[in-house]
Amino acid sequence: MHFLIHFINALFNPVTYFSASVIGFGAMIHYREKWTEPQFALRILIGVLAVLGLSMFNDHFREISTKPDNVPIFLMVFSVGFFTWLSFRQAVVNDRRLAQGQPPVEKETSDKKVYVWPDLVYVEFIATIVAGVVLMVWSLALHAPLEQAATPAWTPNPSKAPWYFLGLQEMLVYYDPWLAGVVFPSLIIVGLMAIPYIDKNPKGAGYYTFNERKLAIVPFLFGFLILWVTLIFLGTFLRGPGWNFFGPFEDWDPHKVVVLNNINLSEYFWVKFLGMGLPPNPLLRELPGFSLLAFYFIGLPPLLTKKSNFLMGLLERLGVARYAVLMFLALSMAALPIKMVLRWAFNLKYIVSIPEVFFNI
Amino acid sequence: MFEGLKKKVEEMRANRPSPEAVKQAISEGQIWKSIFRHGYPDTPRNRIMAVLSNVFLHLHPVKARHSGVKMSYTWCMGGLSFFLFLNLTVTGVLLMFYYRPTAEYAYYDIVALREAVPLGIMRELHRWGAHAMVIAVWLHMFRVFMTGSYKPPREFNWVIGVVLLVLTLLLSFTGYLLPWDQLAMWAITVGTNMARATPFLGFEGPGASMLQVGGVKLVTGGSDIHFALLGGHFVSEATLLRFYVLHCVFIPLTAATLMAVHFWRVRKDGGISGPL
Ligand code: HEM
Repeated sequence: MHFLIHFINALFNPVTYFSASVIGFGAMIHYREKWTEPQFALRILIGVLAVLGLSMFNDHFREISTKPDNVPIFLMVFSVGFFTWLSFRQAVVNDRRLAQGQPPVEKETSDKKVYVWPDLVYVEFIATIVAGVVLMVWSLALHAPLEQAATPAWTPNPSKAPWYFLGLQEMLVYYDPWLAGVVFPSLIIVGLMAIPYIDKNPKGAGYYTFNERKLAIVPFLFGFLILWVTLIFLGTFLRGPGWNFFGPFEDWDPHKVVVLNNINLSEYFWVKFLGMGLPPNPLLRELPGFSLLAFYFIGLPPLLTKKSNFLMGLLERLGVARYAVLMFLALSMAALPIKMVLRWAFNLKYIVSIPEVFFNI
Repeated sequence: MFEGLKKKVEEMRANRPSPEAVKQAISEGQIWKSIFRHGYPDTPRNRIMAVLSNVFLHLHPVKARHSGVKMSYTWCMGGLSFFLFLNLTVTGVLLMFYYRPTAEYAYYDIVALREAVPLGIMRELHRWGAHAMVIAVWLHMFRVFMTGSYKPPREFNWVIGVVLLVLTLLLSFTGYLLPWDQLAMWAITVGTNMARATPFLGFEGPGASMLQVGGVKLVTGGSDIHFALLGGHFVSEATLLRFYVLHCVFIPLTAATLMAVHFWRVRKDGGISGPL
């Protein structure tokens, strides 16, 4: 037992956690026909509940997961899981019908109009009552927590942002606050707003489908499920004092020391590769980083597009402006996993680092 | 003398109206008719009238696509978000009766809510409702995405939705500070520290040092966006007041307005989406 717990803790680290979630995501997309079968989904649910139940025997895990403020995270994880299933289930069913030349299920009732009173008002009424009762029971069962009175004199460790921002806080491990806390959130908002104007695919409006909208669904879900929801989970359960990473059953030791010797790209280039000192001029020093970024955002898109028939077709369908915005947003989103991998593989700290003006990337 | 009265009572008893007649008298009386302009909604005409003559119901169309009112399609998540918003408004107003946003009282008012009110669940309803609303709004966005409902003509309603999403998160974030306990203060400290690094506008942000006039820096720790947000260098009483006003007045009013626009547009864009 002891061994098993240690083994599981050792299995968990940012690299395995993130890689496993990406692989899981790929499997989810690929095997959608399989896991959307209600029987199969039920088995997954039972498995998850069993693991969760067993985990509750661990004091540390129980302490963290029964904190009243962490209960919503379970609500989120299970409801996101359920609704991912529900939407994929309906998409798979519709895709089968579409493949046989039949219209989607929604079409069967979409031409029929019903009176809002009673058909809709009734659903709303029941939903209101159910939601109200659930909220009441939840409120009676769990007290809203209150810690000690606020004092600037003592900083709790770990200090965590509200749970819905923990994905952003996790980004701080890899990017400086001006990116992780300001630029990326702004890009998320702008990127979400841009979706209807970039996605020109006329198909798949008003019914669930996967096959007709792969290109839209896969990136969106990658952002939502992997870069948002699983990072919130990680931030809640696996980040402890000092924002260090802890296994799910590992006590949060505030004295845990993790050796960090991360190295900037400039050092890699000038010192390790060319064997000379760092140039004193910061712009020259950071030239490799700037070049890399310029290549990533400006050079790479045309290169990729020329090489790939698929991207070429996309460019033709979208037009240059839409395509450019899409590329920029996609590359920005990919910048997070890329930096993660660079950090894990090469201990890379900053690609560009001019601390004098707080310009670190 | 009593004979006359007795006779009168007997007469009234004999002529007493049936329950149906009473019902009819009420429902055809001036008071009732001034409130409800139609009979019970069990005929097509009255069902139409029920929706059209009620300001709340008339957010709906009279008739809707059958596929659009199914729970498997909308998951009820937009409606649930709205319900939770209403719940938060009501419980929030009740909490405002007891809560004073000052460093001296805030924390102890919350303690009093907990200690002095038997079975008091206003704070719980408000806090858990807020968490639930964040989740409901995410799931609503998720379903709108998965049904491709942002496609023309609904593009702009999606944009309004994104603004509502941001407002929902900001409502939750500003409310997080109000209990004025350690959790509140430090979560907001962690969250607002980011503002210091805003490019050009935060004093630890890239580009800020470039904004100078004759060698005098424009963006300093006492003039940057972080300072404006907190009303000081740190999370303090000034921050509490700022967040209180944002949380109780400014953001809810903005959100409520945008919700009205959002609902209006759902109808103007042809009701809940469905296949062509
Ligand atoms: C406070 C937050 C919000 C509230 C109260 C709200 C409420 C609603 C309601 C009641 C509907 C009717 C259909 C349904 O229930 O699904 C709706 C539809 C819609 N919402 Fe929201 N919403 C909110 C946030 C959002 C967000 C974050 C988005 C997207 C980013 C969004 C985009 C849309 C769109 C495009 C429709 C039309 C869907 C269709 O025609 O199928 N809304 N909203």
